[in-house]
Amino acid sequence: MSAQAPGKPGPKKPGLALWLPLMLFAGFVVLVIYGLSRNANTDVVSAFIGKPLPAFDLPPASDDRPGLATADFTKGKPRLLNVFASWCVPCAVEAPQLAALAAKGVEIDGVAIRDRKQDLAQFLAQNGNPFARIGRDDLSQVQLAIGSSGVPETFVIDGRGVIRYQHIGDIRPEDVPIILRKLAEAGA
Amino acid sequence: MKRLWLAIMALLAAALCSPPLAAQDLLPPAPYAYKQIADPALEAKAQTLMLTLRCLKCQSQSIADSDAPMAGDMRHQVRTRIAAGEDPEAIRVWLIERYGDYVSYTPQLKPITWPLFAAPLIILVLAALLLRGRFRRSKAAA
Amino acid sequence: MIAELGLAMLWIAAALAALQLVAGCLALTPKGGLFMGLVRPVAIAQGVLVAGAFAALIWLFLSTDLSVKLVAGNSHAAKPWIFKLAATWGNHEGSMLMWVTIMSIGGGVVALVEKRLREETLVATLAGQAFVSLGFYAFLLLASNPFQRLPEPAAEGQGLNPLLQDIGLAFHPPTLYVGYVGLSIAFSFAIGALVTRDVGPAFARAMRPWVLGAWIFLTLGITAGSYWAYYTLGWGGWWFWDPVENASLMPWLAATALLHSCSVLASRGALKAWTVMLGVVAFSMSMVGTFLVRSGILTSVHAFAVDPTRGSFILALLAIYIGGALTLFALRANTVTEGARFSFVSREASLVFNNVMLCGILGIVLIGTLYPLLTEAMGVKVSVGPPYFNPVSAFFAIPMFLIMAVGPLLRWRDDKAARITWAVAVPAFLAAAALLGIVIFAPAVSVLSALGLALAPALALASLMPLRGRNLRRTPLPIYGGVLAHLGIAVALFGMASESAFSTEKLAAMNPGDVQQVGPYAITLKGIDPVAGPNWTALEATLAASYEGAAPIILRPQARTFSNPPGNRTESALSTRWNGQLYLVLGEEAADGRWQMRLWWKPFAPLIWYGGVLIALGGLLALVGRVARDVKRLVATDKIAFRRTAQGR
Repeated sequence: MSAQAPGKPGPKKPGLALWLPLMLFAGFVVLVIYGLSRNANTDVVSAFIGKPLPAFDLPPASDDRPGLATADFTKGKPRLLNVFASWCVPCAVEAPQLAALAAKGVEIDGVAIRDRKQDLAQFLAQNGNPFARIGRDDLSQVQLAIGSSGVPETFVIDGRGVIRYQHIGDIRPEDVPIILRKLAEAGA
Repeated sequence: MKRLWLAIMALLAAALCSPPLAAQDLLPPAPYAYKQIADPALEAKAQTLMLTLRCLKCQSQSIADSDAPMAGDMRHQVRTRIAAGEDPEAIRVWLIERYGDYVSYTPQLKPITWPLFAAPLIILVLAALLLRGRFRRSKAAA
Repeated sequence: MIAELGLAMLWIAAALAALQLVAGCLALTPKGGLFMGLVRPVAIAQGVLVAGAFAALIWLFLSTDLSVKLVAGNSHAAKPWIFKLAATWGNHEGSMLMWVTIMSIGGGVVALVEKRLREETLVATLAGQAFVSLGFYAFLLLASNPFQRLPEPAAEGQGLNPLLQDIGLAFHPPTLYVGYVGLSIAFSFAIGALVTRDVGPAFARAMRPWVLGAWIFLTLGITAGSYWAYYTLGWGGWWFWDPVENASLMPWLAATALLHSCSVLASRGALKAWTVMLGVVAFSMSMVGTFLVRSGILTSVHAFAVDPTRGSFILALLAIYIGGALTLFALRANTVTEGARFSFVSREASLVFNNVMLCGILGIVLIGTLYPLLTEAMGVKVSVGPPYFNPVSAFFAIPMFLIMAVGPLLRWRDDKAARITWAVAVPAFLAAAALLGIVIFAPAVSVLSALGLALAPALALASLMPLRGRNLRRTPLPIYGGVLAHLGIAVALFGMASESAFSTEKLAAMNPGDVQQVGPYAITLKGIDPVAGPNWTALEATLAASYEGAAPIILRPQARTFSNPPGNRTESALSTRWNGQLYLVLGEEAADGRWQMRLWWKPFAPLIWYGGVLIALGGLLALVGRVARDVKRLVATDKIAFRRTAQGR
């Protein structure tokens, strides 16, 4: 019943114009039924999938792992890039899944968002450390550069440094096979 | 869990964009999150842009209206780039490349948005069609 | 006992609504004369019973009866009475009961006082009203019973979320709500008139006070909501084109258009089908707005009582009522005779243009609000925000302002443009001069702000023009009402344009003793201290603000932390002068121990809300004037009738 459909009958053929408000209203109803039935999904998907990683070079976030740069992703083998933080609860929840992936030989690099060294060390001591390298992103610069909108998010990067897949939110056990498949596809 | 979240949301009529206390990072805000560019003209440019960029962690707020740490980092990014002489629209394009049109409150003109921009004209045309021949000739003018 | 009584009254009222609908329908059949007399008393009884049920719920909240689930879930014995009262409608069930209450009391009052309409039309109206309320009774009694008892009384109430414990909650939602639901009476009138094909001046006169009343409440509700968001959100913004804000603006726009087309129909018998259409659209927009807000279908900063299941229920009601009304319209509007015609230069024509522009804004607000949902259905997420809404609504609003300046000066039916040349030339000259001044002295001001700043004073002057040459003591109140409402628009427009063009913002990290200049104010940070409230603790900054060297005033913005449930809220500190507002917010402690402060000077910003209040006052004057005249007429006819019966004896 949009307003641009006034009901004033035209002088010649008023019939159709009079049904216009009802038709517009029907369109509205269809639209909102779609809106109610969709999964209320507030995830913002990265538009950078399929593009090469932008250039970055992050300093190390912890004492026992090196920092992270774009060059680390162009060595021919697909890797996971995990965007996380010690202050994020779902990041602790997904730790066993990351450990399981690492146990299967998947190489995982971390980007720690807005984190302090001591907090991160405690987090890794508590939840395990599946990371080969951890870059320190205090200003969310790399996060913004790859189109990630929260923590945790996990990206599959192929051997040439191209982003292949994005997983938003914590990795549940049922997500592990999907990520393994995506890694295999990226390696092919 | 979902229901619980909705129940919480129901109570936050004027909810601030603050994540739960447990998940707050302890790092201080980015240098330019709460600091203006020294040059007022550049700051005005940055402010205009920030008001039209959507905070990705909030319900429905621009990055200029949000206390979310990520919004602060985005403000930092915008201010440092504008201070370095970058064009505001180039920054918008850079963000759209990464987050899609969702990140910009200014709809971009493309096939999927043209009805939005045509809407005012369509409304005017409809009104003109409905009003056509509705007025009688003025006696006063005759 | 009170809860059971309330529930019983609600069920009986629902049964009466069903009776009202059936009797109304039967009364309109050829042999239905018998039922004609039944409808009015039933409508009155229904209104009384629902009012009783609502009073029972208020009583339960004021006495904190914790055996009632709704009270235990939303109230607390140790709250000030005003928040206990506000908690009655600060939740889904209570607000739905309030909805039905306003609707049924409205119906009862119509049944009691309306004497101008043909009896058939009135009966059809009341049947329509019963039909609409039945759906909401069903929603209330079957899916959201406010009087439900707990198996065991709760030991203590859960309290109202501290974020909502603000005087804004006591005022803003019920005001907006009365406006939303008040439009249902206009909707019922439109249905009644369509059913009996009786669309004429009497219909417009009967409907007008209800539209006016609802519109006053909508105006106040939107104004209050905007100010509430402005001081609570802590970033100095007062309108974000957020879906929930748009949901309240759309019924207002439709009601404003309806108000103006009503006056054409009442005075000249023209715009018949159009007015009926707007009567349907206005309440439809209320329901659409409620649906958008409650279903959570669009994300918003001001989310309230979000629940998709309830959303489906509201959608079903919406589809039945709006769909039904629009079908009835499509079938009947053809047979509504065309009203009196008018020339291009006439009061009617100006009101038609005003309607087109208002509906244009309504259309783009609706399209812009729903567009992200539409593109999402096609797999693309977009955002539509101020950079779209501001210029596109100005595209319609600016021509509307120009017509607003001219329209009230024109005569009905036919007029000569030359007759009002001078009354238009003076404001036009003022606007041109102002625009030139802005271009020369403030070239940095954006196009929209410049147009607003230039148009506002001209519009203010033009709004007073209808009083020119009138005997001010004999001018009817509705004329004053129109003048005041148009003046309010000009005042608010000036506030908006000035706020957007001249606000200065200062973000600063301050140590105690530091001084910052924002606009004409020098702000000194005196200190930061912890303070404690009943259910919160806060850091409070003490700031001395000196206006151009005058003696400083002390302002205390706070950063509050609530414990149960946990949450943070900034309490901004405001200082209002005639020429603007100072707005201070305390941020976090920076790494070096200094405090983040956000300081704004907003020249003439309060005019935005003063303007809103003026608009509502204008509406009130018009309403008082109209109702007083109706009452006088009513008393006079009653006297005649009384004399006749007395003489007859």
